Formats: sequence, structure tokens, C-alpha cells
Amino acid sequence: MSPFTTWDILRNLLFAAEWTILLSLVAFVGGGVLGLLVLFARTGRGKWGRRGAGLYIELVQGTPLLMQLFLCFFGLSLLGLNVPPWLAAGLSLTLWTSAFLAEIWRGCVEAIPRGQWEASSSLAMTYVEQMRHVVLPQAMRIAVPPTVGFSVQVVKGTALTSIIGFVELSKASTMITNATFQPFVVYGLAALIYFALCWPLSKSSQILERKLNVAHRNH
Amino acid sequence: MTYVFDFGAIAPYVPLFLKGIAITVELTVIGGVLGVGVGIACAWARSLGPRWLRPPVALYVELIRNTPFLIQLFFIFFGLPSLGISLGEMQAAILAMVINLGAYGCEIIRAGIEATPKGQFEAGASLAMTRLQTFFHVVLMPALQRIWPALSSQIVIVMFGSAVCSQIAVEDITFAANFIQSRTFRAFEVYIIATVLYLVLALILRQGMRSLAGLLFPRRRATR
Repeated sequence: MSPFTTWDILRNLLFAAEWTILLSLVAFVGGGVLGLLVLFARTGRGKWGRRGAGLYIELVQGTPLLMQLFLCFFGLSLLGLNVPPWLAAGLSLTLWTSAFLAEIWRGCVEAIPRGQWEASSSLAMTYVEQMRHVVLPQAMRIAVPPTVGFSVQVVKGTALTSIIGFVELSKASTMITNATFQPFVVYGLAALIYFALCWPLSKSSQILERKLNVAHRNH
Repeated sequence: MTYVFDFGAIAPYVPLFLKGIAITVELTVIGGVLGVGVGIACAWARSLGPRWLRPPVALYVELIRNTPFLIQLFFIFFGLPSLGISLGEMQAAILAMVINLGAYGCEIIRAGIEATPKGQFEAGASLAMTRLQTFFHVVLMPALQRIWPALSSQIVIVMFGSAVCSQIAVEDITFAANFIQSRTFRAFEVYIIATVLYLVLALILRQGMRSLAGLLFPRRRATR
């Protein structure tokens, strides 16, 4: 048997990191689309839509992501659905991301002065037209930095999917540790890879915030 | 396919859940108190401390904030023993939570400190207080009050994070849920109960933080 070199460990970890990136992208894109729908319900004119979206956000933000993962993974298979780990991971991360993004974007939409809503409704625009042509283009500008910042949480959230057996960076670390008995090196390298993924996102969120000068706009 | 809910099957395992709640609360309280302490120290170091202390604290904060809690926990529990530092699962869990909350708390509290008007430092200096005295007697409490809602949310997030500690055999709510699930195969019921428990604990924790704010900041009642 040939021994594992540090290079072997790193190579395998990097291979597994591709799945972390892929899952993050799926969760972020899916969560973004779903989050937009939740945002429309949350800020829309229908009373029940607002309440339902509010309850959804409260429930998702008020419970651990790990519990949501378990409910998707173990729960749905009891309903007779065959849920492989990647599906449960993608589904629960998408739902989780959508709730947080909807709440972040709601703050941005509400930061748009009331006069803009009144002006556009006096032009006989419907709610969706108001959002599409007046509010969202302005809200997008303030939404970019916190959205990029939240993407860091999504990348870190994918680590939890290792617990239901989805093989990404964290699960691969555990497997390689079991083979090499070098937890210090393996988990240290895994942490560095996560850092290399997340830090540019954190930093660009800060830079964008300064560049778009969000804090001093509209005052 | 229809699924028949049967919460009765969980009844014999209630004591396990109760023990789990106790452990989760213990982790959150100890981790929260120590973590906020570390956060205050780091916030002081990063905004008012000696210049040589700032880069290492910044590195600590950035490293922790950009890596998953699970990896931090595994590194402490599985990795550190190879350096000769062997911790029990509770100690490792608490250490990981303190380190984690310390980094996030640092950034939150630093925002509160940096919002302090410059005149307050000057007023402290004019009363012949040292910089440290000014920090403790003048700056700290209003700074904490300013960021109390954000700090409360972060502690709730850390409590949710403690669910991950079940992975190193800390017998918290999640551990109890996994154990009961493996005995009864009642996954829906078990995880719904566990989720509701976390939801209720989060509500209690938020209310507790609000009451604590009333005790800590008696003169102004602005904090939500």
C-alpha cells in the first residue's frame, strides 16, 4: 500500500471542493429565484401572501439548517419518495437560501422612498410593473453587497450536507482522515480551501459596499 | 402513499429530549457568555488596542468568519489531539462555540465601539482616566446597547450552530433526535419535535436577551 502524501490529500480535497462549489451555485441560484417569489409575496398587496411569506421566513430563520436537512432527507423518504443525499441537500439549502435572501431583499425594497411607489401607482402601473420598472432597479443597487455577503453563508452551509452523506469538502475530509489518520493536516487544509472560497466573497462584499456608498445614499 | 403520524411512539424517549434540551442550553449559555467576553476583548484590540495586536486579531476574525463551524469543530476535536491537546466532547464543543462567537461578536461589538462619539474619549481623558478605564467605564456599555439586537441574533445563530455538535457525540437535542430516530424510525415526528424545540428555545433566548438588556442598560430603554 502506498502512503498518502500531503499532495494526495490536497488533490482529493480539491476534487471534493468542486462539489461544494456546485452545490453552493445550485443553492444560490435556486434560492435566488425562489427568494424573488417569496419577496413578491412578502411585499405584495395580498394579505395572505404577506402572512404566508412572513411565516415561511420566520420558520426557516428560526430553526437550525441541520434540522431542515434531516426533515428533507429522512422525512421525505418516509412519504415513499426516494430522496438521495444530493437532492435533499440541494432542496433544503435552496429553501434556506430563499428565506434569507427574501428577507435581505425586503429590507432593500423597503428602503426605496414611498414617493416612488406612489408616483408609479399614479401612472396606473400594476404591482408587478412597479416592482419590475421602478423599485427593483433601484433596490438592486443596495442589495448587491449584502447578497454577495450572504453567499459566504451558503458556501459554509454546504458543509452541513456532509452529515446526511453528501460527499463534498467536509465529508471528503472525514473520509480522508479515516484513511490517513492525519486529522490536523486534513481539516487544516479543508479549512484553508473553505477560506479561499469564502474570503474573496467577503472582501468583495465589503468593497462593493464602499464603492456603491450605500450608507450615505438617500439621506 | 399515506403517512400516519404517530407521536405516541416518541413518548418513552421524552427524558432523552429533556437531557438534550439541558445540554443545548448549557452549551448556549456558557458559549454565549464566554464568546461575548472574547468578542469584547477582540473588539477592543481591533479598534483601540496596541497597533501590533491588530493584525493577528484581524487574521483570527477573518479565518473564523470564512470557514464552516463544522470544520472548526472537527479541527478542534479531531485535529488538536495530534498537537497533544486532547479535549472531551463538551470541552471541544464549548471551545469551538466560544471561538466562533468571539469572531462574529468582535465585528458586531467593534461597530458599536466605532460609533462612539470622539468627545466621549476626550471627556474620559480630561477626567484623567486611562484609555482602558475610559473603555470600561464610558465606552463599553453604550456600545453594547447600540448593537444589542445584532448580538442577540448572533447568539441565536450560535445556538442553531450547536446542533452540529451532535456530530462529535455531544448529547444535545439533535443527538437525542438522531438516536430516537434510529430506534423508532419515526423520522418526521422526531425531527418535527426537535425543530419545534429549537424554535421555542430561540424565542425564549430572544426574550431573555431583551430582559437582560433591561437589566444591563437600566437608564435608557431604547433597546428592543
